Amino acid sequence: MNQAAELTVGRHYDPIGARLGMWLFLFTELLLFGGMFLLYAIYLHRYPQEFHYGSSQLNQFVGAMNTIILLTSSLSMVLAVASLQRHKRNLAILFLTVTFFLGAAFLVNKYFEWGHKISHGIYPGSPELMQQPKGEILFYGLYYTMTGLHGLHVVVGMVIMLFLIYFLIKKSDKVLNLTPHHLQNLIGKKLLLSDEKGQTIWKSERIVREMQGLEVVVKGVVSEEQMRFNEVKLENSGLYWHLVDIIWIFLFPLFYLISM
Amino acid sequence: MPNGAAQGLAADHSFFEEKSHPGILGWILSTDHKRIGIMYLFSMTTFFLVAVFIGFLMRLEMLTRGETIMGAQTYNALFTLHGVLMIFLFIIPGIPAAFGNFMLPLQIGAKDVAFPRLNLMSYWLYLIGALIALSSLFTGPGPADTGWTFYAPYSLRTGTNVTLAVMAAFVLGFSSILTGLNFLTTMHRLRAPGMTFFKMPLFCWSLYATGWIQILATPILGITLALVALERLVGIGVFDPVKGGDPVLYQHLFWIYSHPAVYIMVLPAMGILSDIIPTFSGRTIFGYKAIAFSSMAIAFVGYLVWGHHMFTSGISDTSRMAFSFLTFLVAIPSAIKVFNWLATLYKGSIDMQPPFLYGISFIILFSIGGLTGLVLGSLATDIHLHDTYFVVAHFHYVMFGGTGFVFFAALHYWGPKMFGRMYNKRTAYIAWVFLFIGFNILYFNMFILGYKGMPRRYYDYLPEFHTLHVIATVGSWILITGILIMFINLYRGFRKGEKAPMNPWHGTTLEWTVPSPPPLENFDKIPVVKHEPYYHGKNTEAKK
Repeated sequence: MNQAAELTVGRHYDPIGARLGMWLFLFTELLLFGGMFLLYAIYLHRYPQEFHYGSSQLNQFVGAMNTIILLTSSLSMVLAVASLQRHKRNLAILFLTVTFFLGAAFLVNKYFEWGHKISHGIYPGSPELMQQPKGEILFYGLYYTMTGLHGLHVVVGMVIMLFLIYFLIKKSDKVLNLTPHHLQNLIGKKLLLSDEKGQTIWKSERIVREMQGLEVVVKGVVSEEQMRFNEVKLENSGLYWHLVDIIWIFLFPLFYLISM
Repeated sequence: MPNGAAQGLAADHSFFEEKSHPGILGWILSTDHKRIGIMYLFSMTTFFLVAVFIGFLMRLEMLTRGETIMGAQTYNALFTLHGVLMIFLFIIPGIPAAFGNFMLPLQIGAKDVAFPRLNLMSYWLYLIGALIALSSLFTGPGPADTGWTFYAPYSLRTGTNVTLAVMAAFVLGFSSILTGLNFLTTMHRLRAPGMTFFKMPLFCWSLYATGWIQILATPILGITLALVALERLVGIGVFDPVKGGDPVLYQHLFWIYSHPAVYIMVLPAMGILSDIIPTFSGRTIFGYKAIAFSSMAIAFVGYLVWGHHMFTSGISDTSRMAFSFLTFLVAIPSAIKVFNWLATLYKGSIDMQPPFLYGISFIILFSIGGLTGLVLGSLATDIHLHDTYFVVAHFHYVMFGGTGFVFFAALHYWGPKMFGRMYNKRTAYIAWVFLFIGFNILYFNMFILGYKGMPRRYYDYLPEFHTLHVIATVGSWILITGILIMFINLYRGFRKGEKAPMNPWHGTTLEWTVPSPPPLENFDKIPVVKHEPYYHGKNTEAKK
C-alpha cells in the first residue's frame, strides 16, 4: 500500500501502523509475564502442598472484589473508546474517569491486602517467612513479585489515562492556511471577517507589507484531525488496559483459588 | 511551480545542515532517523574502543604467568566489563540501531521510521542504560565480577555492584525492544509503492527477522534480570537454593533470551553481506528467497537451542540430546546463506573494493566459527571443551570475525553515503591486512589452548600454555594496530576526504538514488519500485 505518500501531507497519520506497534508491544508484555508464569508453574509442580497452604492464607474475598473491579474497568474503558468513536467527547472523558477510579480502587484494595500480610511479618526476606518451609517462601516471593509487577502496570495505565483525559479536554486551535497564491497584491488593503449575514465581526489595519502566508486560528474547537489522533491513542490505551486485566484474570485463580 | 523549486532547493541541503535546534540539541532532540543512526554509531564506536582496550589489558595480563599487571579480582571485573560493553552496548544494538536506523527507511523508500519519537526514546534509553552501566563501575562496592551472564547463585551473593549492572542491561533491553518494534512497523507500513516484501533488499529482511527476535526474546531477559535485582534487594528467593529456588532455572531463562540474542547480533550482519556481495559482483543475488527465508528460519529455530549452553549444568539426557539435535539443525539455514553467497560470486565480475574485502572475510571467519560451533553443539566434545578457551575462540570467530568484520564493511560501504566523503582506500586495505592477520593469530590459538584444556576466565595458567598465550597476546597487538589504522583512516576520510559521489559502488538499492549525504526527508518524490533490489540492468534482463 502507498502509505509513504501520506507522509507528504503534514503530520503522519497511520492508525493501522499505530495499532500494529501497540500489538507488538503487548507481545513483549505477555512474554515479560510469561517468564513469571513459567516460574510459577515449575515451583507449583515442585511444592504443591506449600503452594496450596499459602493460597489458603490469602483473602479470597478481596481477590474476588478486585477481579470484579478490574473487569468493570475494562467495560468502562470499552465504553470510552466507543463513545469517542461516536464523537461523544464528554461521555468518553466521563468513562475514562470512571476507569481511572476503578483502577485506583483496585490499588487501594491491594494496599490493604499487602499491608495486612506485611503486618503479620510475611514479606520477602522477613525473619518470620524464613522460618517457613521453602515452598511457602517461594509462594510469597512469587505472590509479591507478580502482583507487584501487575500493580505497577495498573499504575502506568492510570498515568496514561490522566494524559488521555488531558488530551481529550484540551481544545485545539483550528488552523486555516492561505498560501501566497491567494494573497497577491494585498498591500494597502484591509482584511475583513464577517458572519454569514454579512455583518462585520472584525477589521484589520491597513496592510503595509507583502504577505507570505495567512493563518486563521479558531480557539476552543476540537479539530477533526485532533479527534482522530485522540481516537487512536485511546484505542491503544484500551488495548493496554485489557492486557492488564487479562493478566489479573490469570493471577487471580493461580494465587487465590488453587486451594479451594 | 514555486513548490517544486522549494523542493529542489531542499535537496541541495543534506540533513546535516537542517537543524531543528542549535548546537548539540540539534542532535539529541532530533527525531530524524539519520541523525539518530549517527548518534548510535558514535556512541557504539566509543564503547567498542573502550572494550577493545579492556581486551588488550586482559591479553597483557596473560602474557606471563602469575600476576603480570593485575590481580584476580581486577581480571574478573575486567572480563565482566568487556563482555557487558561488547554485548549489550556494541554488538546487540550495533548494526540494527546504527546502520538499520540510517538505511532501513532509505532502502524501502520511506521518509523516516514509523515512530520517529519512539526512535529517539530508544536512543535515550540506550544512553541511560550505558550511563547506569558505567556508574556501576565507580559507585558502591565496585564493578560486577560475575561475567556478562550474571549466573545465580554467585550473582545473588557477590558483594560487587551486580544490581546496577543488571538494571543497565534491563534498560538496554527495553531500548532494543522499542527499536525492533519500530522497524517491524516501518517495514509493514512504510514501504514505497511497488516495493513488495520480496523486493526489499536482504538487509531489510534480516532486520525483519531480528525485529521479531528482539520483541519476543528480550522481555524474558528483562524479567530474569529484574528478578536477580529483586533477589538482591529484598530476597524473593526464586533463584536462591537456600530459599527453595533453583539456580539452573536462572540459566534456562537467561539463555532463552541470550541464545536468540546471538542471532540478533549476527543476522543483520548476514543481511549487510547479502547487500554487499551482489553490489561488488555486478550481478543479482543467487537465491533471494532462500536467503530471506533462512533468516526467518534462523530466528525461529534459534529459539529452541538455548539448552546447549547448559550441557554441563545437570539437565536431563533427553533434553541434552534434543538440544544437541536442534543445534545441528540451526546450522542448516546459515549454511544455505553461505552457499548462496558463493553462488552469487561465481562468474560475477568481482570488484575488490574495501567494503567487499571486509565483507567476504565474514565468509571465511564465520565458517570457522560456525563449524567449531557444531563441535561444541555435540554432547561428547562439549563436555571436554565446555568453559575452555575453545568456547571463547568460537564466540569471537562468530561475533568479531562475523558481525565485527561486517560492521567494518558497512562503515566502508555506507560511510561515504552517510557522511558524503570518501576515505583513503589504500589505507583501508592496509588496515584490513593487519586486522585479518592479527585476528587469526589471536583467536585461532585459543582453539588450540581450549582443546588442550585452558579454562576461560582465569587470570593465570599452567606452564605448558605459555607459548600459545604469548603468541595470542602478540596477535592482539597486531589486531589493535589494524583497528586503530582503520578508525583513524575512516575518521579522517569522513571529515576531510574528497567528496563522495551519489553511488560510488554502483549499488542498485534505493539508498544509492539519493545524494550523499541524503537530504532531510530522504526522497524528493517517493520512488516507485519496479525491479528486484539487485537489478543490474540489461544483462540480468537478457537472462530472463
